[in-house]
Amino acid sequence: MIRREKIQAMVYKELKQLRRDRLTAAMVFGIPVMQLLLFGFAINYNVRNIPAAWCDMAETEMSRSIIQDIGATRVLDLKYRASSVEEVQKLIRTGRVRAGVVITHDLEERLRDRRSAFQILTDGSSSVVTGAVQSLASLPLGIPGHTVDYKTQERLPIQVLPLYNPEQRTAVDVIPGLIGVILTMTLMLFTAIALVREREHGSMEMLITTPVSAMEIICGKLLPYIGIGMFQTVLIFLLGVLVFRLPVNGRVIDIAAAVLMFITSTLTLGLLISSFVKTQFQAVQLSIFILLPSILLSGFVFPYEGMPTFARALSKVLPVTHFIELMRGIVLRNARISEMPVQVFSLLIFILFSTILAWERMKKKRLD
Amino acid sequence: MIIQTRNLTRDFDSLRAVDNLSLNIPEGEIYGFLGPNGSGKSTTIRMICGLLTPTSGEVEALGYTIPREAEKLKARLGYMTQKFSLYQELTVEENLQFLAAIQGVPRREQKARITELCGQFHLEKRRSQLAGTMSGGQKQRLALAAAIVHKPDLLILDEPTSAVDPESRREFWEYLFELAGKGMSILVSTHYMDEAERCHRLAIIRKGSLSAEGEPLKLMENLGARVLLAEGRAEEMIHWRRQLSADPLIPGCTQIGNRLRIMVASEVEEPEAWLTRSFPFLGDLERTRANLEDVFVRATHSEHMEEEQ
Repeated sequence: MIRREKIQAMVYKELKQLRRDRLTAAMVFGIPVMQLLLFGFAINYNVRNIPAAWCDMAETEMSRSIIQDIGATRVLDLKYRASSVEEVQKLIRTGRVRAGVVITHDLEERLRDRRSAFQILTDGSSSVVTGAVQSLASLPLGIPGHTVDYKTQERLPIQVLPLYNPEQRTAVDVIPGLIGVILTMTLMLFTAIALVREREHGSMEMLITTPVSAMEIICGKLLPYIGIGMFQTVLIFLLGVLVFRLPVNGRVIDIAAAVLMFITSTLTLGLLISSFVKTQFQAVQLSIFILLPSILLSGFVFPYEGMPTFARALSKVLPVTHFIELMRGIVLRNARISEMPVQVFSLLIFILFSTILAWERMKKKRLD
Repeated sequence: MIIQTRNLTRDFDSLRAVDNLSLNIPEGEIYGFLGPNGSGKSTTIRMICGLLTPTSGEVEALGYTIPREAEKLKARLGYMTQKFSLYQELTVEENLQFLAAIQGVPRREQKARITELCGQFHLEKRRSQLAGTMSGGQKQRLALAAAIVHKPDLLILDEPTSAVDPESRREFWEYLFELAGKGMSILVSTHYMDEAERCHRLAIIRKGSLSAEGEPLKLMENLGARVLLAEGRAEEMIHWRRQLSADPLIPGCTQIGNRLRIMVASEVEEPEAWLTRSFPFLGDLERTRANLEDVFVRATHSEHMEEEQ
């Protein structure tokens, strides 16, 4: 039976309840407005300003002019001048740059022989970058001294060489990022509801009248989920290797260290959420609020290089951004964890900051 | 004195939950807080435990200044919350193990202590039962066992029996007396008269301040009023009660079945004669002993008057 008055009464009751829950009410407006504006501006398929290095071994007028022309396209942001191919490769491996332009001594000979004039090495662990560079290679860059003949579509022959994932398989590109997203999704929620569940259930009142300290509660809440997170990671890697032939190039110990840091930072972030919210429902809402940028801004789905400055700044605050960077570096590019100190320190600072903040909120052990 | 409060006050925004409360709670007794819901019992208890910071005033418990030395108090305090606050997903034994570890019971004593508690509170058969599947009374026993796992000197219980049947309530109080007999000081809040009557001493709290304090028997003796019963028919009763309640010399008038329980202030020298004169419709009057409910009604009388106006 469907009666209008009864439905109406239910609807009014729901709306009234919703209005009384200030955080939820704020989310009704906040989520669409913030997320739309944020992602609308931040997501950009047109990748520009890819950090790049160049190595000009020819050092002729022509080679300098080529470098200038490439820089002028704004697709590559030529930040570093390398003195050898090895240096370019190292910069790519450690994630400092995504691409490297290499011009060899025999530039003029190559042009004469109509061989590929120079190489652009790319970070194949990010297929977006390789794609952008490939489209750059098809731009009509004229040979210096000659005017470009658009009719014959004469182009500078450029060889694009993806350094990793040479077959450009999507699975290889996606899995390291996916590990970060899966762990964020499952682990953050565990600790986000951890404290607030005790509070809602009334056991927090009992706990804080015992001699247990706030730090002991925090550690006790973190450790089991660190174990669970490590187990999940092993499971994901096993599936990745067995089903998707994920190449694990880096050292296992480096991977474990990176995963440990990331899991801890995600769990402490959850704990921080838990120390602020009043109900489990609010904890879930806030987690989703953080989960969305973790997927969209972390460089997992959309290229980090295409984002405007504010979105990049925001994505740097998310632990998952640094973790995905570490995973691509260690797993795919065989980088050592010590070669990527920026990401490591970012995660460590994040852990420290959120733990201290959560602890500050809890240490008084009071209800007021 | 095991607990002393001086001019204890707590505000929640514009609401004054506890107002200038000064209490002296002696050692080794069961001390009761009696008061209606919202009278500030829980707030007072939480301030004594150091869970809430007083707006003003002082608390001293077991010789510690609260909240400054709350952590020292916590090691010697057992606290049972209003709501069942143990873990429903854990068994009786697991809950007790957890509490024993958290409360710092030495590892090698834990097992013996848990066995002892299960025996004392008749939980042996339920050791491996999930707490969530137990009845209200069983949960209360478990919560009490958990609250005293570390043999505290002071046990504070906030309306421990508000969710259990009368049978379990009686049984629960037997346990409390057993503990008090072993020298534990107990502070318990309640809104049940029968429970309050069983306390060694009692504080009646109304709107956050103390309206009567003392041993229950003394409180009844010193009611400051006499109690009389009058019989009547149900239809009349409502009108009678209304007329009687309006008289300032009658601090309380309650209908009990087809009888009215009338309290007459002690200023009136001959209550029977005065009543028959003032309210001629009343029939035979019979004197009776004051009970705690009368004390409570008298103590909270002015509140009802204020609200009705």
